[in-house]
Amino acid sequence: MSADTLHNSAHGHDHGHDDHTHGDHGHGEAPHGSLRGYMIGFILSVILTAIPFALVMTGKLDGTTTAVIVLAMAAIQVVVHMVFFLHMTTTAEGGWSFLALLFTVIVIVITLSGSIWVMYHMNANMMPSPAAVTETMSQQ
Amino acid sequence: MSAQTFEATANGETPLFYEVEEHHHPEGSSTMLGFWMYLMSDCLIFAILFACYAVLGHSYGGGEGPKQLFELPLVALNTAMLLFSSLTYGFAMLTMERPGASVRAVQGWLIVTGLFGLAFLCIELYEFSNLIHEGAGPWRSAFLSSFFTLVGTHGLHVTVGLIWLVTLVAQIGMHGLGQANRRRLMCLSMFWHFLDVIWIGVFTIVYLMGVLG
Repeated sequence: MSADTLHNSAHGHDHGHDDHTHGDHGHGEAPHGSLRGYMIGFILSVILTAIPFALVMTGKLDGTTTAVIVLAMAAIQVVVHMVFFLHMTTTAEGGWSFLALLFTVIVIVITLSGSIWVMYHMNANMMPSPAAVTETMSQQ
Repeated sequence: MSAQTFEATANGETPLFYEVEEHHHPEGSSTMLGFWMYLMSDCLIFAILFACYAVLGHSYGGGEGPKQLFELPLVALNTAMLLFSSLTYGFAMLTMERPGASVRAVQGWLIVTGLFGLAFLCIELYEFSNLIHEGAGPWRSAFLSSFFTLVGTHGLHVTVGLIWLVTLVAQIGMHGLGQANRRRLMCLSMFWHFLDVIWIGVFTIVYLMGVLG
């Protein structure tokens, strides 16, 4: 930053215009994919989709293990799509799109975990479970 | 910053506190970033719908749950359709980026993408009509209300994407692959791949985790 400031003050007159050149390399170029990139993304996606479906449909492993694997594969596949299909990099658009993504992820995590946490306790404290209701009804 | 101001004043120049001139950005240079911002806000809509489903997804109201209602082979087929459409859209973009790209080739890949998208929509509507036929419509239970809202919103996005795609096929047919049309194709590309990312969440959380129990 300091080197940049010094550089700019050295060319005092150009200062205002120097800053504009970032538009040429920052925004003009869109991220490009390659055939290889799309194929890698596609094959990884197929694998990461087929395994969870196979595990759930055959029921080979116990419930908890399957759930963990299914969720982990989904998370990996989201990253695969982001990298190979949406061409997400930390430097695209001068880092702003990555920053927006990061912000969104934080908000999503707060929304999801907050809702599930609060509402789970509300449910547990406030509402009789359907099983309990049926029991009471059959007793009456 | 203060050092710069000081130095500038010492040289006998007026320090520049703010810029009076407008920035000269080339037309459409900020479209991709702006569209990405839109996608992120769309992502928040889906996050809220996922949260609703997570909260209400076990309130069956004495009716049937995911285990009885969902047909995984159909969902797997649907997932394949969307994944293929993502790949073929990628091919459309690669064809477009090639120097001297032919409009016909790009249109061809777009139409293939559109057909996969249409197949996805038809399968989803078939599933919905089956559920409603079985008496498991969105009015039946909180679980089904949140299910239809979440999956329906995704389906609505795919429908809008399809309309946009058809529009662009006509557009590039009439005006060729100019700078503006390339930009539009890139926006739709992001939109389309984004819908596939949302679908990963849908088939994992709603269908697979639902059937798992």
